[in-house]
Amino acid sequence: MTLSATYLSLIPLLPLYAAALGVLLPKKNKHFVSSLAIIAMATSFIISLFALNQALKNTSIHSTYNFSWFNLGQESVRIGILLDPLTAFMAVMVTFISTLIFIFSTSYMKEDENMKQFFCFLSFFASAMLGIIISNSLLLLFISWELVGLASYLLIGFWFHKPEAAAAAKKAFLTTRIGDLGFLLGILWLYHTCGTLLFYDHGHGILEHHVLASIASQATIFGLPLVTAIGLLIFCGAAGKSGQFPLHVWLPDAMEGPTPVSALIHAATMVAAGVFLIARMYPLMQADQFIIATPFHTLTVIAFIGAITALLGALIAGSQYDIKRVLAYSTISQLGYMMMALGLGSWLAAIFHLLTHAFFKALLFLGAGSVIHASHHEQDMRKLGGLSKSMPITFATFSIGMLALCGFPFLFSGFWSKEAIIHAAYEWPVSILPLIISLIAVALTAFYMTRLMGEVFFGTSRADHHHHTHENKAQMTVPLSILALCAISVGFIGTPSWPWLQSALNGTPVEAEGLFKGGIVMLGSILLVAGGMGLGWILYIRNLRTNAHEEDPLETMIPGTFKLLGSRLKIDEFYTATLGKLNTALAILSNGLDRYVWDLSIQGLAKLGQLSGSINYAMDEEALNQGFNVTSEKIRQSGVQYSKAQSGETHGYLRVFAITVVILTLLIITLWS
Amino acid sequence: MNDQTLNLCLLFSSALFCIGLITTLSRSSTILILLGIELMLNSANINFIVFERTQPDVSTSHGTLFVLFTIAIAASEAAVGLALLIALFKHQRSVVIDEASQLKG
Amino acid sequence: MNATLLITIGVTLISSAVALSLRNLIHSVLLLVITWIGICAFYLIFNAEFIAFTQLLVYVGAISMVALFAVLLTRVAPSTNQRNKQSVTRFIYALITGLSLFSLMAFAVLHTDSPKEKVEALPATVYSIGKELTEEYAPALMITGSLLTLAILGSVLLAAHSPQSKENS
Repeated sequence: MTLSATYLSLIPLLPLYAAALGVLLPKKNKHFVSSLAIIAMATSFIISLFALNQALKNTSIHSTYNFSWFNLGQESVRIGILLDPLTAFMAVMVTFISTLIFIFSTSYMKEDENMKQFFCFLSFFASAMLGIIISNSLLLLFISWELVGLASYLLIGFWFHKPEAAAAAKKAFLTTRIGDLGFLLGILWLYHTCGTLLFYDHGHGILEHHVLASIASQATIFGLPLVTAIGLLIFCGAAGKSGQFPLHVWLPDAMEGPTPVSALIHAATMVAAGVFLIARMYPLMQADQFIIATPFHTLTVIAFIGAITALLGALIAGSQYDIKRVLAYSTISQLGYMMMALGLGSWLAAIFHLLTHAFFKALLFLGAGSVIHASHHEQDMRKLGGLSKSMPITFATFSIGMLALCGFPFLFSGFWSKEAIIHAAYEWPVSILPLIISLIAVALTAFYMTRLMGEVFFGTSRADHHHHTHENKAQMTVPLSILALCAISVGFIGTPSWPWLQSALNGTPVEAEGLFKGGIVMLGSILLVAGGMGLGWILYIRNLRTNAHEEDPLETMIPGTFKLLGSRLKIDEFYTATLGKLNTALAILSNGLDRYVWDLSIQGLAKLGQLSGSINYAMDEEALNQGFNVTSEKIRQSGVQYSKAQSGETHGYLRVFAITVVILTLLIITLWS
Repeated sequence: MNDQTLNLCLLFSSALFCIGLITTLSRSSTILILLGIELMLNSANINFIVFERTQPDVSTSHGTLFVLFTIAIAASEAAVGLALLIALFKHQRSVVIDEASQLKG
Repeated sequence: MNATLLITIGVTLISSAVALSLRNLIHSVLLLVITWIGICAFYLIFNAEFIAFTQLLVYVGAISMVALFAVLLTRVAPSTNQRNKQSVTRFIYALITGLSLFSLMAFAVLHTDSPKEKVEALPATVYSIGKELTEEYAPALMITGSLLTLAILGSVLLAAHSPQSKENS
């Protein structure tokens, strides 16, 4: 059936309605609200399946439903929604994983008194995420982008009474905000250049040939082509949201939020939004590839930043003790892979990896959540152990997730998607560096995941209180199992022998290239995976940790490096020392300016006003009134003086008359001519 | 009438005027002050008549008429003045003008 | 002509000069009467008969009477009518003023050129005066008449006895 715009718009709107309704209901209805959220999400999932069905019928078209939002004089701002294979796949993934995580949360957050609010926030987040996915307008995307950031803030700081959680939420928001600033600048610049922000608009959208050709020829003042500048600015936003170096610092701290939040937002969906953005705007990103006279291309920059991030995440992950921190750095590393894939020119590989990563990372996080919940919120892996026997389903699913992440060959989805990326790195004409970096990261990934498995699941329990940990309820284990199944099966839609996903996304027919398309490089990566896992097994599984305070074997081997990595390469401290201090200095400066310059000048103006008022008063009172009074007094007194001339003596008057007559006569006689 | 006569007559009227002036200014009795003023008016009349009789206008006798009116006015003024004097006498029981000095500043 | 004129002038001036210096008011008034008669004679010398007799009638006949009555009605004890220092000072001031005025006017008179033409004056008959009064100066005549009436009324009012004021004073 053909989906109309109404049904398509229901995909993000249903969770939004669920969130709105949930907000209005009182707190005790938490189960009703959670069920409402799950039902809304499930319905969105079903609609997304229909959307996928429709999109796959004709994979090369982008069905758009554009309308005019508001008018500004002559110009009208148009937004719209879009349905194409990329949208449909992402929507299916997001709704599916969200539904599973919602179900998981009903058990995980059961004891929390703010559970209703939690589901409202989760639904709101899902709605905003889906808004990003189906948006056809960069403006609508940005609006949803910001709403996703807001939801992330609300969810990370869900336990706001914990100061670390509040600080982490603030850090996440501010760091992504920095990225969003560049994003906004890019949007504005793009709007100024093109006059529209729609992606596909019957030939006039910004991702369509007409517009791209017109802007590709322009250059900015720094010798950088216009498209490159805009692309890099938009990448700023993606870098912030997807935790690329140097804006990755918020992701590990975001683990202060509840584990379902980490699973949904910081593993599967929100952090993937950046990758999705670049993938969506790929024609724009690619538009400068043919320009030679430029210092660098957008995609080159993206590739290198992605590679650096991949390596950085993998290095630090091996030194962390908190389960969720390890997984967070792992996410950073994998996001680096995806960005690198985008930069290498293979957005199909990136989306493939995004989809597989979503499933197995969500699985890993939910598994960690299950472990944490069972161990009464113990997250330090030195204090865990021996959980393979007490929590078998969790152990099994977690292992599947771990093997998928490491890229265990052939059977698990992670292998195929990572191979696609490594293959693209191998074939990149610009530099061999991303290939080397990604191979190193592959080995490190295998190593640290084995370390995690060894410390958490193998050996004997090292918990402080020897509680009897048992498997969690079905609401937790069933989603884990479903995700584990997906972690295996999703890989098969993109193998080189049947690249169905790639062709569906690209709109090209399926070209089978054989299972071992990777050749030498594939072999090399398999060997590296084996090597990493082997090293991890030697260090952590063969010599099991006996108690919580024992030193990490890696620490004994390379103490200095380990300490450095353990302190997360001191990047956070660096930021505090530089930007934090700068911010404080600026704040002090503004405070000083405000207090002593503007305030004083305003006070000065006020005093000036007062002065003029007092002058006015003085003039009025003293000069006018008193002057008037004094003058009148003087006149009166002169009158008194004059009146003394009235002696009352008639003879005196007569005398005056006579003398006047004499003088007048004299005058007449002398002057009469 | 020659010039000498004319001059003499004019000097005469001037002298009369000055005598009247001196009377007004020096005597303290109100009656004499008023009579001095009458004398001054008279001297002016003399002047008019002298000029009229020596250099008259051909058709009209302006001088005579003026003198007529002046005499009439002088008479009425004398009457009123002396009535005032009577009233003043009733008030202060003497005609010495120095005693009528209450209107002073 | 000249002698008569001189005598008339002399009599008038002397009588007026003496009149102003006498202590006795009645004597002063009577001497002033002589002055006025002298002026009347002067008018007659100049052939201004009408004015002369008018002067006689009005001044000598009426004003002198009024003055005499005023003097007689306001008689006081002679002790207040004495010469003192203030009156001497006053007299000297008045004399200076009068003499200076006289000298100025004499100077003016003597230094004015007389007119060249000598025109003979017409006799000023009563008829011509009356004709002029009633034809050309009739309004002035009527106004003068009403003025005289008002003056009389006013003076009567001023000098009249009023029973309250007599008791208060």
